Amino acid sequence: MDMTRNYFELFDLQPGFELDLGLLSERYRELQKQWHPDRFAHLSERERRLSVQYTAHLNEAFQSLKSPLRRAQYLLLLQGRDTHGESGAQLDPMFLMEQMELRERLSEVAEQDDPEAELEQLQQEAEQALRELRAEFVSLYTGGDLEGAERTVRKMQFATKLETEIEALEDRLFDD
Amino acid sequence: MAYSEQVIDHYENPRNVGKMDDKDGHVGTGMVGAPACGDVMRLQIRVNDDGVIEDAKFKTYGCGSAIASSSLVTEWVKGMTLDQAAELKNAQIAEELALPPVKIHCSVLAEDAIKAAVEDYRKKQG
Repeated sequence: MDMTRNYFELFDLQPGFELDLGLLSERYRELQKQWHPDRFAHLSERERRLSVQYTAHLNEAFQSLKSPLRRAQYLLLLQGRDTHGESGAQLDPMFLMEQMELRERLSEVAEQDDPEAELEQLQQEAEQALRELRAEFVSLYTGGDLEGAERTVRKMQFATKLETEIEALEDRLFDD
Repeated sequence: MAYSEQVIDHYENPRNVGKMDDKDGHVGTGMVGAPACGDVMRLQIRVNDDGVIEDAKFKTYGCGSAIASSSLVTEWVKGMTLDQAAELKNAQIAEELALPPVKIHCSVLAEDAIKAAVEDYRKKQG
């Protein structure tokens, strides 16, 4: 396995945000089988170590492409833009205000007359917002506006966090 | 990772949680966020005619260190002039709360928030 190839090359996929997730999973399973440490159990220690290393690399590659947010971040990383750290760039206050309001509503879900309906409503709004951000990313990224794409990824980070929190609350409230 | 006693104290008993009317001419609002962890922070100040901060409120959705940092700042800035508040440094916050290096960005967020609130107020005053 050539670990210097990028994740798209590793899975023999066209680099881009739009990705055939079924194909990604298929290629991942094939490679996983091929490099599974069990298959190297009878070989030298060096080869066993390599197989473990490859498997870890493979997992990281798969996770990075599977999640829309991480895929967008990876595409920017390939262009030399690291969005994993904190940014000094000013975030749009209107966007932050919206995020704040959504989190306020989320924190009050349990006190609503119909928590399930309110949570459902929030979930739909959060999904819609994420869909719009993803579309925005694709248009900026393919249009070559990397700075704009980076700003959109920053927004996706907040929206994705919100989505995770909605799911966590849903588990706490309804999945007993 | 273990939180310091100071962080736990502010986390369990946050000071000055709340909201002010951001349309009020005497209120300055700072909205900031940390993309890497998805934290959002709102910090507001009410300023009297002498340019002294009379009251401060915050609301933070984030980790314990982010909540503690903003809670501490609202305590500190009460009674300060705008200039004094704008001079607050994240290092002072981090030191007071004994934040570990991985949580320093939470104190930076709180510094950014008070600066944004002061700026918002000054913009309103024209």
